[in-house]
Amino acid sequence: MKRDGIAFWTGAVVFLAAVLVMTQVVGNQYPFFAGYVILQSIALAVAWSILGGYAGYVNFGTSAFYGVGVYASVFLVSAFGAPLPVQILTGAAIGAVMGLALGLLTLRMQGIFFSIATIALTIVIETTVTNWRYVGGAAGIQIQRPAVTPPFDSYVQMLFFVQAVLVVLAVAISRYIHNSWIGRGLQALRDDELAAECTGVPTLRLKLLACVISGALMCAVGAPAAMYLQYADPGSAFNLNYSVTTLAMSLIGGTAHWAGPIIGAILLGTTQQVLTVTISSEVNLLVLGLMLVLFVVGAPEGIVGLIYKLRGNQKEGEI
Amino acid sequence: MTLSETQSPLLRICALTKRFGGFTALHSVSVDIRPGERFGLIGPNGSGKTTLINCISGAFRTEPGTILFRDEDITRLQPHMRTRRGIARSFQIPRPFRSMTVAENLMVALDFAAGEHVSMTQRRDTMMSILDQMGLGSKVNASTTRLSQVELRKMELARAMATRPKLLISDEAMAGLSSSEVDEVLDLLLSLASRDITIIMIEHIMQAVMRFSERVMCLDAGRIIAIGTPSEVMADKRVQEAYLGT
Ligand SMILES: Nc1ncnc2c1ncn2[C@@H]1O[C@H](COP(=O)(O)OP(=O)(O)OP(=O)(O)O)[C@@H](O)[C@H]1O
Ligand SMILES: [Mg+2]
Repeated sequence: MKRDGIAFWTGAVVFLAAVLVMTQVVGNQYPFFAGYVILQSIALAVAWSILGGYAGYVNFGTSAFYGVGVYASVFLVSAFGAPLPVQILTGAAIGAVMGLALGLLTLRMQGIFFSIATIALTIVIETTVTNWRYVGGAAGIQIQRPAVTPPFDSYVQMLFFVQAVLVVLAVAISRYIHNSWIGRGLQALRDDELAAECTGVPTLRLKLLACVISGALMCAVGAPAAMYLQYADPGSAFNLNYSVTTLAMSLIGGTAHWAGPIIGAILLGTTQQVLTVTISSEVNLLVLGLMLVLFVVGAPEGIVGLIYKLRGNQKEGEI
Repeated sequence: MTLSETQSPLLRICALTKRFGGFTALHSVSVDIRPGERFGLIGPNGSGKTTLINCISGAFRTEPGTILFRDEDITRLQPHMRTRRGIARSFQIPRPFRSMTVAENLMVALDFAAGEHVSMTQRRDTMMSILDQMGLGSKVNASTTRLSQVELRKMELARAMATRPKLLISDEAMAGLSSSEVDEVLDLLLSLASRDITIIMIEHIMQAVMRFSERVMCLDAGRIIAIGTPSEVMADKRVQEAYLGT
Protein backbone atom coordinates (compact mmCIF):
# COMPACT_ATOMS: atom_id res chain seq x y z
CA MET A 1 0.00 0.00 0.00
CA LYS A 2 2.62 2.49 1.14
CA ARG A 3 4.98 1.68 -1.69
CA ASP A 4 2.15 1.98 -4.20
CA GLY A 5 1.44 5.44 -2.89
CA ILE A 6 5.03 6.55 -3.37
CA ALA A 7 5.10 5.09 -6.88
CA PHE A 8 1.83 6.82 -7.73
CA TRP A 9 2.85 10.25 -6.52
CA THR A 10 6.27 9.96 -8.12
CA GLY A 11 4.52 9.16 -11.37
CA ALA A 12 2.20 12.15 -10.93
CA VAL A 13 5.07 14.55 -10.28
CA VAL A 14 7.07 13.21 -13.23
CA PHE A 15 3.99 13.57 -15.43
CA LEU A 16 3.36 17.17 -14.40
CA ALA A 17 7.05 18.03 -14.76
CA ALA A 18 7.08 16.55 -18.25
CA VAL A 19 4.00 18.57 -19.18
CA LEU A 20 5.61 21.73 -17.83
CA VAL A 21 8.83 21.11 -19.72
CA MET A 22 6.82 20.45 -22.85
CA THR A 23 5.09 23.82 -22.58
CA GLN A 24 8.49 25.47 -22.31
CA VAL A 25 10.28 23.75 -25.18
CA VAL A 26 7.62 22.91 -27.78
CA GLY A 27 6.85 25.92 -29.92
CA ASN A 28 4.18 24.46 -32.17
CA GLN A 29 0.69 25.08 -30.74
CA TYR A 30 -1.03 22.09 -32.30
CA PRO A 31 0.16 19.46 -29.78
CA PHE A 32 -1.33 21.56 -27.00
CA PHE A 33 -4.65 21.97 -28.75
CA ALA A 34 -4.91 18.24 -29.38
CA GLY A 35 -3.38 17.26 -26.04
CA TYR A 36 -5.82 19.44 -24.15
CA VAL A 37 -8.74 17.50 -25.59
CA ILE A 38 -7.19 14.18 -24.65
CA LEU A 39 -6.41 15.34 -21.12
CA GLN A 40 -9.96 16.60 -20.80
CA SER A 41 -11.24 13.19 -21.91
CA ILE A 42 -9.12 11.43 -19.33
CA ALA A 43 -10.31 13.69 -16.53
CA LEU A 44 -13.95 13.27 -17.54
CA ALA A 45 -13.69 9.50 -17.87
CA VAL A 46 -11.99 9.20 -14.49
CA ALA A 47 -14.59 11.46 -12.85
CA TRP A 48 -17.44 9.59 -14.50
CA SER A 49 -16.22 6.20 -13.32
CA ILE A 50 -16.54 7.18 -9.65
CA LEU A 51 -20.32 6.95 -9.92
CA GLY A 52 -20.76 5.10 -13.21
CA GLY A 53 -18.05 2.53 -12.62
CA TYR A 54 -17.51 1.97 -8.92
CA ALA A 55 -21.18 2.35 -7.99
CA GLY A 56 -22.55 1.05 -11.29
CA TYR A 57 -24.96 3.94 -11.72
CA VAL A 58 -24.67 4.72 -15.43
CA ASN A 59 -24.81 8.47 -15.75
CA PHE A 60 -25.67 10.00 -19.11
CA GLY A 61 -25.41 13.48 -17.62
CA THR A 62 -21.71 14.08 -18.25
CA SER A 63 -22.57 16.76 -20.81
CA ALA A 64 -24.85 18.46 -18.27
CA PHE A 65 -22.05 18.73 -15.72
CA TYR A 66 -19.45 19.63 -18.32
CA GLY A 67 -21.70 22.27 -19.87
CA VAL A 68 -22.55 23.78 -16.52
CA GLY A 69 -18.81 24.01 -15.85
CA VAL A 70 -18.33 25.81 -19.17
CA TYR A 71 -21.16 28.23 -18.50
CA ALA A 72 -20.13 28.84 -14.90
CA SER A 73 -16.89 30.21 -16.35
CA VAL A 74 -18.69 32.15 -19.06
CA PHE A 75 -20.80 33.84 -16.43
CA LEU A 76 -17.91 34.51 -14.04
CA VAL A 77 -15.81 35.99 -16.80
CA SER A 78 -18.52 38.19 -18.27
CA ALA A 79 -19.76 39.37 -14.88
CA PHE A 80 -16.56 39.76 -12.86
CA GLY A 81 -13.67 38.95 -15.15
CA ALA A 82 -12.85 36.16 -12.69
CA PRO A 83 -9.43 34.49 -13.05
CA LEU A 84 -9.04 30.84 -14.11
CA PRO A 85 -8.56 29.32 -10.64
CA VAL A 86 -11.74 31.01 -9.43
CA GLN A 87 -13.59 29.67 -12.47
CA ILE A 88 -12.44 26.13 -11.77
CA LEU A 89 -13.17 26.24 -8.04
CA THR A 90 -16.60 27.76 -8.58
CA GLY A 91 -17.27 25.17 -11.25
CA ALA A 92 -16.36 22.42 -8.77
CA ALA A 93 -18.62 23.89 -6.11
CA ILE A 94 -21.56 24.20 -8.48
CA GLY A 95 -20.92 20.68 -9.74
CA ALA A 96 -20.96 19.36 -6.18
CA VAL A 97 -24.31 21.01 -5.46
CA MET A 98 -25.66 19.80 -8.78
CA GLY A 99 -24.45 16.27 -8.02
CA LEU A 100 -26.16 16.37 -4.65
CA ALA A 101 -29.40 17.59 -6.18
CA LEU A 102 -29.29 15.02 -8.97
CA GLY A 103 -28.50 12.32 -6.42
CA LEU A 104 -31.32 13.25 -4.08
CA LEU A 105 -33.75 13.33 -6.97
CA THR A 106 -32.70 10.19 -8.77
CA LEU A 107 -30.53 7.83 -6.76
CA ARG A 108 -33.52 6.05 -5.28
CA MET A 109 -34.22 4.87 -8.81
CA GLN A 110 -32.24 1.98 -10.08
CA GLY A 111 -30.68 0.95 -13.33
CA ILE A 112 -32.19 2.34 -16.49
CA PHE A 113 -34.46 4.80 -14.65
CA PHE A 114 -31.51 6.58 -13.17
CA SER A 115 -29.85 6.78 -16.59
CA ILE A 116 -32.98 8.21 -18.20
CA ALA A 117 -33.30 10.79 -15.44
CA THR A 118 -29.75 11.98 -16.10
CA ILE A 119 -30.55 12.48 -19.80
CA ALA A 120 -33.61 14.47 -18.82
CA LEU A 121 -31.44 16.61 -16.56
CA THR A 122 -29.13 17.41 -19.46
CA ILE A 123 -32.02 18.52 -21.63
CA VAL A 124 -33.55 20.67 -18.89
CA ILE A 125 -30.28 22.46 -18.17
CA GLU A 126 -29.40 22.94 -21.82
CA THR A 127 -32.82 24.45 -22.47
CA THR A 128 -32.43 26.78 -19.53
CA VAL A 129 -29.04 28.02 -20.69
CA THR A 130 -30.29 28.39 -24.26
CA ASN A 131 -32.87 30.83 -22.96
CA TRP A 132 -30.48 32.75 -20.76
CA ARG A 133 -29.65 35.93 -22.69
CA TYR A 134 -26.91 37.14 -20.39
CA VAL A 135 -24.60 34.27 -21.38
CA GLY A 136 -25.42 34.56 -25.06
CA GLY A 137 -28.51 32.37 -25.40
CA ALA A 138 -28.70 29.97 -28.33
CA ALA A 139 -26.32 32.02 -30.47
CA GLY A 140 -23.43 31.58 -28.08
CA ILE A 141 -20.94 34.05 -26.71
CA GLN A 142 -17.42 35.22 -27.47
CA ILE A 143 -14.93 35.22 -24.59
CA GLN A 144 -11.81 37.36 -24.22
CA ARG A 145 -8.76 35.65 -22.78
CA PRO A 146 -6.82 37.72 -20.28
CA ALA A 147 -3.04 38.04 -20.48
CA VAL A 148 -1.17 34.79 -19.96
CA THR A 149 0.59 34.11 -16.65
CA PRO A 150 4.33 33.38 -16.73
CA PRO A 151 6.12 31.00 -17.12
CA PHE A 152 3.75 30.18 -19.98
CA ASP A 153 4.09 31.82 -23.40
CA SER A 154 0.64 31.11 -24.70
CA TYR A 155 -2.76 30.68 -23.11
CA VAL A 156 -3.31 27.26 -24.65
CA GLN A 157 -0.05 26.00 -23.17
CA MET A 158 -1.18 27.22 -19.79
CA LEU A 159 -4.59 25.56 -20.18
CA PHE A 160 -2.84 22.36 -21.20
CA PHE A 161 -0.89 22.42 -17.95
CA VAL A 162 -3.98 23.30 -15.90
CA GLN A 163 -5.91 20.40 -17.43
CA ALA A 164 -2.97 18.10 -16.61
CA VAL A 165 -3.25 19.20 -12.98
CA LEU A 166 -6.98 18.44 -13.07
CA VAL A 167 -6.20 14.98 -14.46
CA VAL A 168 -3.80 14.28 -11.61
CA LEU A 169 -6.36 15.54 -9.11
CA ALA A 170 -9.15 13.42 -10.57
CA VAL A 171 -6.97 10.31 -10.72
CA ALA A 172 -5.71 10.85 -7.17
CA ILE A 173 -9.26 11.16 -5.84
CA SER A 174 -10.51 8.19 -7.85
CA ARG A 175 -7.57 6.08 -6.72
CA TYR A 176 -8.10 7.05 -3.11
CA ILE A 177 -11.77 6.10 -3.34
CA HIS A 178 -10.97 2.84 -5.08
CA ASN A 179 -8.51 1.78 -2.41
CA SER A 180 -10.52 2.90 0.59
CA TRP A 181 -13.63 1.87 2.46
CA ILE A 182 -15.64 4.17 0.19
CA GLY A 183 -14.66 2.15 -2.85
CA ARG A 184 -15.40 -1.12 -1.10
CA GLY A 185 -18.82 0.17 -0.10
CA LEU A 186 -19.59 1.34 -3.64
CA GLN A 187 -18.47 -1.97 -5.08
CA ALA A 188 -20.65 -3.81 -2.58
CA LEU A 189 -23.75 -1.80 -3.42
CA ARG A 190 -23.01 -2.19 -7.10
CA ASP A 191 -23.02 -5.96 -6.64
CA ASP A 192 -26.10 -6.10 -4.43
CA GLU A 193 -27.73 -3.14 -2.79
CA LEU A 194 -29.79 -5.03 -0.21
CA ALA A 195 -26.92 -7.28 0.81
CA ALA A 196 -24.75 -4.17 1.14
CA GLU A 197 -27.29 -2.46 3.40
CA CYS A 198 -27.55 -5.58 5.53
CA THR A 199 -23.77 -5.63 5.85
CA GLY A 200 -23.82 -2.12 7.27
CA VAL A 201 -23.21 -0.06 4.11
CA PRO A 202 -25.15 3.24 4.10
CA THR A 203 -25.93 2.86 0.41
CA LEU A 204 -27.82 6.08 -0.22
CA ARG A 205 -25.22 8.22 1.51
CA LEU A 206 -22.36 6.56 -0.36
CA LYS A 207 -24.12 6.99 -3.71
CA LEU A 208 -24.70 10.65 -2.94
CA LEU A 209 -21.06 11.07 -2.04
CA ALA A 210 -20.00 9.46 -5.31
CA CYS A 211 -22.43 11.65 -7.23
CA VAL A 212 -21.16 14.82 -5.54
CA ILE A 213 -17.49 14.03 -6.13
CA SER A 214 -18.07 12.90 -9.70
CA GLY A 215 -20.19 15.97 -10.46
CA ALA A 216 -17.73 18.40 -8.91
CA LEU A 217 -14.88 16.97 -10.95
CA MET A 218 -16.80 16.98 -14.23
CA CYS A 219 -17.83 20.60 -13.76
CA ALA A 220 -14.29 21.59 -12.83
CA VAL A 221 -13.02 19.90 -16.00
CA GLY A 222 -15.52 21.87 -18.08
CA ALA A 223 -14.64 25.21 -16.52
CA PRO A 224 -11.41 25.95 -18.49
CA ALA A 225 -13.04 24.94 -21.79
CA ALA A 226 -14.60 28.38 -22.20
CA MET A 227 -11.13 29.88 -22.26
CA TYR A 228 -9.82 27.11 -24.46
CA LEU A 229 -12.40 27.71 -27.19
CA GLN A 230 -12.79 31.48 -26.51
CA TYR A 231 -16.38 30.83 -27.34
CA ALA A 232 -19.32 28.94 -25.88
CA ASP A 233 -22.71 27.92 -27.15
CA PRO A 234 -25.26 25.60 -25.52
CA GLY A 235 -25.32 23.20 -28.47
CA SER A 236 -21.65 22.31 -28.15
CA ALA A 237 -21.19 22.78 -24.38
CA PHE A 238 -24.07 20.40 -23.64
CA ASN A 239 -23.41 18.12 -26.60
CA LEU A 240 -24.55 14.60 -25.76
CA ASN A 241 -21.32 13.42 -27.37
CA TYR A 242 -19.49 14.15 -24.13
CA SER A 243 -21.80 11.78 -22.28
CA VAL A 244 -21.47 9.01 -24.82
CA THR A 245 -17.72 9.33 -25.35
CA THR A 246 -16.97 9.53 -21.64
CA LEU A 247 -19.07 6.49 -20.92
CA ALA A 248 -17.44 4.58 -23.76
CA MET A 249 -13.95 5.48 -22.58
CA SER A 250 -14.63 4.32 -19.03
CA LEU A 251 -16.28 1.11 -20.06
CA ILE A 252 -13.71 0.24 -22.73
CA GLY A 253 -10.91 0.88 -20.25
CA GLY A 254 -12.76 -1.02 -17.54
CA THR A 255 -13.89 0.23 -14.17
CA ALA A 256 -12.63 -2.55 -11.94
CA HIS A 257 -9.43 -0.56 -11.43
CA TRP A 258 -8.87 3.19 -11.24
CA ALA A 259 -6.45 3.03 -14.16
CA GLY A 260 -9.11 1.64 -16.52
CA PRO A 261 -10.73 4.95 -17.54
CA ILE A 262 -7.29 6.46 -18.12
CA ILE A 263 -6.36 3.64 -20.48
CA GLY A 264 -9.72 3.88 -22.23
CA ALA A 265 -9.55 7.66 -22.59
CA ILE A 266 -6.00 7.64 -23.95
CA LEU A 267 -6.81 4.87 -26.39
CA LEU A 268 -10.08 6.35 -27.63
CA GLY A 269 -9.06 9.99 -27.32
CA THR A 270 -5.91 9.47 -29.37
CA THR A 271 -7.73 7.41 -31.96
CA GLN A 272 -10.31 10.15 -32.31
CA GLN A 273 -7.69 12.87 -32.66
CA VAL A 274 -5.85 10.89 -35.30
CA LEU A 275 -9.06 10.17 -37.20
CA THR A 276 -10.14 13.80 -37.05
CA VAL A 277 -6.87 14.88 -38.60
CA THR A 278 -6.49 12.11 -41.16
CA ILE A 279 -10.08 11.44 -42.23
CA SER A 280 -12.88 13.47 -40.69
CA SER A 281 -14.58 14.01 -37.36
CA GLU A 282 -17.67 12.16 -38.60
CA VAL A 283 -15.76 8.88 -38.67
CA ASN A 284 -15.21 9.25 -34.92
CA LEU A 285 -18.72 8.27 -34.04
CA LEU A 286 -18.58 5.23 -36.27
CA VAL A 287 -15.32 4.06 -34.74
CA LEU A 288 -16.64 4.74 -31.25
CA GLY A 289 -19.72 2.66 -31.95
CA LEU A 290 -17.70 -0.18 -33.42
CA MET A 291 -15.31 -0.26 -30.49
CA LEU A 292 -18.15 -0.26 -27.98
CA VAL A 293 -19.85 -3.18 -29.72
CA LEU A 294 -16.55 -5.02 -29.90
CA PHE A 295 -15.92 -4.60 -26.20
CA VAL A 296 -19.44 -5.30 -25.04
CA VAL A 297 -19.28 -8.61 -26.91
CA GLY A 298 -15.64 -9.55 -26.42
CA ALA A 299 -14.60 -7.97 -23.14
CA PRO A 300 -17.51 -6.63 -21.12
CA GLU A 301 -15.17 -5.81 -18.25
CA GLY A 302 -13.02 -3.65 -20.50
CA ILE A 303 -9.27 -3.71 -20.92
CA VAL A 304 -8.66 -3.93 -17.20
CA GLY A 305 -11.01 -6.89 -17.03
CA LEU A 306 -9.04 -8.58 -19.82
CA ILE A 307 -5.81 -8.03 -17.94
CA TYR A 308 -7.30 -9.51 -14.77
CA LYS A 309 -8.51 -12.51 -16.69
CA LEU A 310 -5.08 -13.04 -18.23
CA ARG A 311 -3.49 -12.87 -14.82
CA GLY A 312 -5.86 -15.61 -13.69
CA ASN A 313 -8.13 -13.78 -11.26
CA GLN A 314 -5.11 -12.64 -9.30
CA LYS A 315 -6.63 -9.52 -7.82
CA GLU A 316 -4.15 -9.07 -5.01
CA GLY A 317 -1.18 -6.78 -5.13
CA GLU A 318 -2.49 -4.21 -7.58
CA ILE A 319 -1.10 -0.73 -7.98
CA MET B 1 -29.21 -6.72 38.39
CA THR B 2 -32.88 -7.17 38.99
CA LEU B 3 -34.90 -10.00 37.61
CA SER B 4 -36.82 -7.77 35.21
CA GLU B 5 -33.59 -6.50 33.65
CA THR B 6 -32.29 -9.95 32.94
CA GLN B 7 -35.66 -10.86 31.50
CA SER B 8 -35.89 -7.86 29.17
CA PRO B 9 -36.06 -9.26 25.64
CA LEU B 10 -33.34 -8.67 23.08
CA LEU B 11 -35.87 -8.31 20.30
CA ARG B 12 -39.52 -7.47 20.78
CA ILE B 13 -41.92 -7.60 17.87
CA CYS B 14 -45.29 -6.02 18.58
CA ALA B 15 -48.36 -6.46 16.40
CA LEU B 16 -46.38 -6.50 13.18
CA THR B 17 -48.37 -6.52 9.98
CA LYS B 18 -47.01 -6.63 6.46
CA ARG B 19 -49.11 -6.24 3.36
CA PHE B 20 -48.16 -6.58 -0.29
CA GLY B 21 -50.94 -4.70 -2.03
CA GLY B 22 -54.11 -6.44 -0.98
CA PHE B 23 -52.30 -9.53 0.26
CA THR B 24 -51.43 -9.69 3.95
CA ALA B 25 -48.24 -11.69 4.43
CA LEU B 26 -48.04 -11.15 8.20
CA HIS B 27 -51.07 -10.68 10.45
CA SER B 28 -50.26 -8.80 13.64
CA VAL B 29 -47.31 -10.95 14.68
CA SER B 30 -45.99 -10.44 18.23
CA VAL B 31 -43.07 -12.28 19.76
CA ASP B 32 -40.17 -11.68 22.15
CA ILE B 33 -36.72 -13.13 21.60
CA ARG B 34 -34.64 -13.47 24.77
CA PRO B 35 -30.95 -12.65 24.91
CA GLY B 36 -28.83 -15.68 24.12
CA GLU B 37 -31.77 -17.72 22.91
CA ARG B 38 -31.65 -20.30 20.13
CA PHE B 39 -34.90 -19.67 18.35
CA GLY B 40 -36.27 -21.84 15.57
CA LEU B 41 -38.71 -20.41 13.05
CA ILE B 42 -40.68 -22.89 10.99
CA GLY B 43 -43.72 -22.91 8.75
CA PRO B 44 -44.78 -24.19 5.35
CA ASN B 45 -43.70 -22.50 2.12
CA GLY B 46 -45.07 -19.01 1.76
CA SER B 47 -46.06 -18.75 5.42
CA GLY B 48 -44.17 -15.48 5.91
CA LYS B 49 -40.88 -16.52 7.54
CA THR B 50 -38.63 -14.64 5.15
CA THR B 51 -41.03 -11.71 5.17
CA LEU B 52 -40.74 -11.55 8.95
CA ILE B 53 -36.97 -11.38 8.88
CA ASN B 54 -37.06 -8.86 6.05
CA CYS B 55 -39.09 -6.71 8.40
CA ILE B 56 -36.68 -7.28 11.28
CA SER B 57 -33.62 -6.48 9.17
CA GLY B 58 -35.29 -3.46 7.58
CA ALA B 59 -35.50 -4.62 4.00
CA PHE B 60 -39.28 -4.12 4.19
CA ARG B 61 -41.08 -1.22 5.77
CA THR B 62 -43.88 -2.28 8.04
CA GLU B 63 -47.06 -0.30 8.41
CA PRO B 64 -48.67 -1.10 11.72
CA GLY B 65 -46.38 -2.66 14.29
CA THR B 66 -43.20 -1.87 16.16
CA ILE B 67 -39.86 -3.58 16.52
CA LEU B 68 -37.75 -2.99 19.61
CA PHE B 69 -34.13 -4.10 19.72
CA ARG B 70 -32.44 -3.83 23.13
CA ASP B 71 -35.26 -1.56 24.22
CA GLU B 72 -34.77 0.81 21.30
CA ASP B 73 -37.48 1.38 18.72
CA ILE B 74 -35.87 0.45 15.39
CA THR B 75 -39.07 0.31 13.33
CA ARG B 76 -38.07 3.27 11.18
CA LEU B 77 -34.35 2.61 10.92
CA GLN B 78 -32.71 1.82 7.59
CA PRO B 79 -31.21 -1.67 7.27
CA HIS B 80 -27.60 -0.54 7.68
CA MET B 81 -28.45 1.20 10.95
CA ARG B 82 -29.98 -2.01 12.24
CA THR B 83 -26.90 -3.95 11.17
CA ARG B 84 -24.74 -1.51 13.09
CA ARG B 85 -26.92 -1.97 16.14
CA GLY B 86 -26.26 -5.69 16.00
CA ILE B 87 -28.75 -7.41 13.74
CA ALA B 88 -27.17 -9.55 11.02
CA ARG B 89 -28.71 -11.96 8.58
CA SER B 90 -28.04 -14.43 5.84
CA PHE B 91 -30.21 -14.74 2.76
CA GLN B 92 -32.33 -17.68 1.70
CA ILE B 93 -30.84 -17.40 -1.78
CA PRO B 94 -27.21 -16.42 -1.08
CA ARG B 95 -26.36 -12.84 -2.04
CA PRO B 96 -22.57 -12.59 -2.02
CA PHE B 97 -20.81 -9.55 -3.45
CA ARG B 98 -20.00 -11.32 -6.68
CA SER B 99 -17.18 -9.17 -7.94
CA MET B 100 -15.27 -9.70 -4.72
CA THR B 101 -13.19 -12.37 -3.07
CA VAL B 102 -14.28 -13.98 0.18
CA ALA B 103 -11.85 -11.74 2.05
CA GLU B 104 -13.27 -8.61 0.44
CA ASN B 105 -16.82 -9.67 1.26
CA LEU B 106 -15.88 -9.80 4.92
CA MET B 107 -13.93 -6.58 4.68
CA VAL B 108 -17.12 -4.75 3.72
CA ALA B 109 -18.65 -5.86 6.99
CA LEU B 110 -15.53 -4.97 8.95
CA ASP B 111 -15.29 -1.54 7.30
CA PHE B 112 -18.89 -0.55 7.79
CA ALA B 113 -20.41 -2.42 10.66
CA ALA B 114 -17.78 -3.56 13.10
CA GLY B 115 -17.48 -0.08 14.58
CA GLU B 116 -14.41 1.41 16.25
CA HIS B 117 -11.33 2.45 14.39
CA VAL B 118 -9.23 -0.64 14.21
CA SER B 119 -6.04 -1.06 12.28
CA MET B 120 -5.82 -2.93 9.00
CA THR B 121 -3.81 -5.74 10.57
CA GLN B 122 -6.34 -6.13 13.36
CA ARG B 123 -9.13 -6.34 10.84
CA ARG B 124 -7.21 -8.95 8.84
CA ASP B 125 -6.77 -10.98 12.02
CA THR B 126 -10.47 -10.75 12.86
CA MET B 127 -11.34 -11.75 9.32
CA MET B 128 -9.01 -14.75 9.37
CA SER B 129 -10.27 -15.94 12.71
CA ILE B 130 -13.88 -15.77 11.55
CA LEU B 131 -13.03 -17.60 8.32
CA ASP B 132 -11.09 -20.28 10.20
CA GLN B 133 -13.96 -20.73 12.59
CA MET B 134 -16.27 -21.18 9.62
CA GLY B 135 -13.89 -23.61 7.96
CA LEU B 136 -13.28 -21.24 5.08
CA GLY B 137 -9.67 -20.42 5.92
CA SER B 138 -8.37 -21.89 2.68
CA LYS B 139 -10.79 -19.82 0.59
CA VAL B 140 -9.76 -16.34 1.70
CA ASN B 141 -8.69 -15.20 -1.73
CA ALA B 142 -11.16 -17.23 -3.73
CA SER B 143 -13.65 -15.37 -5.87
CA THR B 144 -17.19 -15.85 -4.55
CA THR B 145 -18.26 -17.05 -7.98
CA ARG B 146 -16.14 -20.15 -7.47
CA LEU B 147 -17.61 -21.26 -4.17
CA SER B 148 -19.73 -24.36 -3.75
CA GLN B 149 -23.21 -24.13 -2.25
CA VAL B 150 -22.07 -24.96 1.31
CA GLU B 151 -19.17 -22.59 1.03
CA LEU B 152 -21.50 -19.81 -0.09
CA ARG B 153 -23.76 -20.44 2.90
CA LYS B 154 -20.80 -20.39 5.23
CA MET B 155 -19.46 -17.25 3.57
CA GLU B 156 -22.77 -15.51 4.21
CA LEU B 157 -22.70 -16.54 7.84
CA ALA B 158 -19.08 -15.41 8.08
CA ARG B 159 -19.92 -12.05 6.55
CA ALA B 160 -22.81 -11.67 8.94
CA MET B 161 -20.51 -12.57 11.83
CA ALA B 162 -18.00 -9.95 10.72
CA THR B 163 -20.57 -7.26 11.51
CA ARG B 164 -20.30 -8.41 15.15
CA PRO B 165 -23.95 -9.16 15.61
CA LYS B 166 -25.83 -9.65 18.84
CA LEU B 167 -28.64 -11.24 16.87
CA LEU B 168 -27.96 -13.49 13.90
CA ILE B 169 -30.79 -14.53 11.63
CA SER B 170 -30.12 -17.50 9.40
CA ASP B 171 -32.63 -17.98 6.59
CA GLU B 172 -32.54 -21.62 5.49
CA ALA B 173 -28.77 -21.84 5.51
CA MET B 174 -29.09 -25.61 5.18
CA ALA B 175 -31.49 -25.84 2.26
CA GLY B 176 -30.19 -28.03 -0.52
CA LEU B 177 -27.18 -29.32 1.40
CA SER B 178 -26.19 -32.96 1.91
CA SER B 179 -26.81 -34.43 5.35
CA SER B 180 -23.16 -34.19 6.37
CA GLU B 181 -23.11 -30.58 5.24
CA VAL B 182 -26.27 -29.89 7.22
CA ASP B 183 -24.51 -31.18 10.32
CA GLU B 184 -21.51 -29.00 9.60
CA VAL B 185 -23.59 -25.84 9.33
CA LEU B 186 -25.65 -26.82 12.37
CA ASP B 187 -22.51 -27.30 14.43
CA LEU B 188 -21.33 -23.89 13.30
CA LEU B 189 -24.54 -22.23 14.40
CA LEU B 190 -24.41 -24.06 17.74
CA SER B 191 -20.85 -22.93 18.31
CA LEU B 192 -21.84 -19.33 17.54
CA ALA B 193 -24.76 -19.61 19.95
CA SER B 194 -22.37 -20.78 22.64
CA ARG B 195 -20.56 -17.47 22.26
CA ASP B 196 -23.47 -15.44 23.44
CA ILE B 197 -24.98 -14.70 20.07
CA THR B 198 -28.74 -14.91 19.88
CA ILE B 199 -29.80 -16.85 16.83
CA ILE B 200 -33.03 -17.08 14.90
CA MET B 201 -32.84 -20.06 12.62
CA ILE B 202 -35.34 -20.57 9.82
CA GLU B 203 -35.28 -24.14 8.63
CA HIS B 204 -37.36 -26.78 6.94
CA ILE B 205 -35.18 -29.68 8.07
CA MET B 206 -36.93 -30.82 11.24
CA GLN B 207 -34.09 -32.81 12.83
CA ALA B 208 -31.95 -29.69 12.62
CA VAL B 209 -34.67 -27.52 14.13
CA MET B 210 -35.23 -30.01 16.96
CA ARG B 211 -31.54 -30.31 17.74
CA PHE B 212 -30.86 -26.60 17.57
CA SER B 213 -33.78 -24.78 19.09
CA GLU B 214 -34.60 -23.97 22.68
CA ARG B 215 -37.87 -22.54 21.47
CA VAL B 216 -39.72 -22.94 18.19
CA MET B 217 -42.35 -20.77 16.55
CA CYS B 218 -44.50 -21.96 13.69
CA LEU B 219 -46.02 -19.55 11.20
CA ASP B 220 -48.85 -20.42 8.86
CA ALA B 221 -50.33 -17.99 6.36
CA GLY B 222 -48.79 -15.07 8.21
CA ARG B 223 -50.03 -16.02 11.69
CA ILE B 224 -48.31 -17.64 14.64
CA ILE B 225 -50.00 -20.98 15.11
CA ALA B 226 -47.72 -22.39 17.78
CA ILE B 227 -44.82 -21.34 19.96
CA GLY B 228 -43.03 -23.31 22.68
CA THR B 229 -40.41 -25.98 23.18
CA PRO B 230 -39.59 -28.01 20.08
CA SER B 231 -41.46 -31.06 21.27
CA GLU B 232 -44.53 -29.04 22.23
CA VAL B 233 -44.66 -27.41 18.83
CA MET B 234 -44.14 -30.67 16.96
CA ALA B 235 -46.93 -32.26 18.96
CA ASP B 236 -49.31 -29.42 18.14
CA LYS B 237 -52.25 -30.49 15.99
CA ARG B 238 -52.33 -27.30 13.95
CA VAL B 239 -48.64 -27.54 13.18
CA GLN B 240 -49.05 -31.08 11.95
CA GLU B 241 -52.02 -30.04 9.85
CA ALA B 242 -50.16 -27.08 8.39
CA TYR B 243 -47.31 -29.33 7.35
CA LEU B 244 -49.52 -32.08 6.02
CA GLY B 245 -51.19 -29.41 3.97
CA THR B 246 -54.87 -29.72 4.75
N1 LIG C 1 -41.75 -8.67 -2.25
C1 LIG C 1 -42.94 -9.33 -2.24
N2 LIG C 1 -43.97 -8.87 -2.97
C2 LIG C 1 -45.16 -9.53 -2.96
N3 LIG C 1 -45.40 -10.64 -2.27
C3 LIG C 1 -44.40 -11.15 -1.53
C4 LIG C 1 -43.12 -10.52 -1.48
N4 LIG C 1 -42.32 -11.25 -0.66
C5 LIG C 1 -43.06 -12.28 -0.24
N5 LIG C 1 -44.31 -12.22 -0.74
C6 LIG C 1 -45.41 -13.17 -0.46
O1 LIG C 1 -45.56 -13.28 0.94
C7 LIG C 1 -45.80 -14.62 1.30
C8 LIG C 1 -44.78 -15.06 2.33
O2 LIG C 1 -43.54 -15.24 1.67
P1 LIG C 1 -42.21 -15.59 2.42
O3 LIG C 1 -41.11 -15.48 1.46
O4 LIG C 1 -42.10 -14.80 3.65
O5 LIG C 1 -42.47 -17.11 2.78
P2 LIG C 1 -41.52 -18.13 3.52
O6 LIG C 1 -42.22 -18.55 4.75
O7 LIG C 1 -40.16 -17.56 3.68
O8 LIG C 1 -41.51 -19.32 2.49
P3 LIG C 1 -40.32 -20.31 2.06
O9 LIG C 1 -40.30 -21.41 3.05
O10 LIG C 1 -40.75 -20.80 0.73
O11 LIG C 1 -39.07 -19.54 2.03
C9 LIG C 1 -45.79 -15.44 0.04
O12 LIG C 1 -47.12 -15.64 -0.36
C10 LIG C 1 -45.07 -14.56 -0.95
O13 LIG C 1 -45.58 -14.77 -2.24
MG1 LIG D 1 -38.32 -17.96 2.94
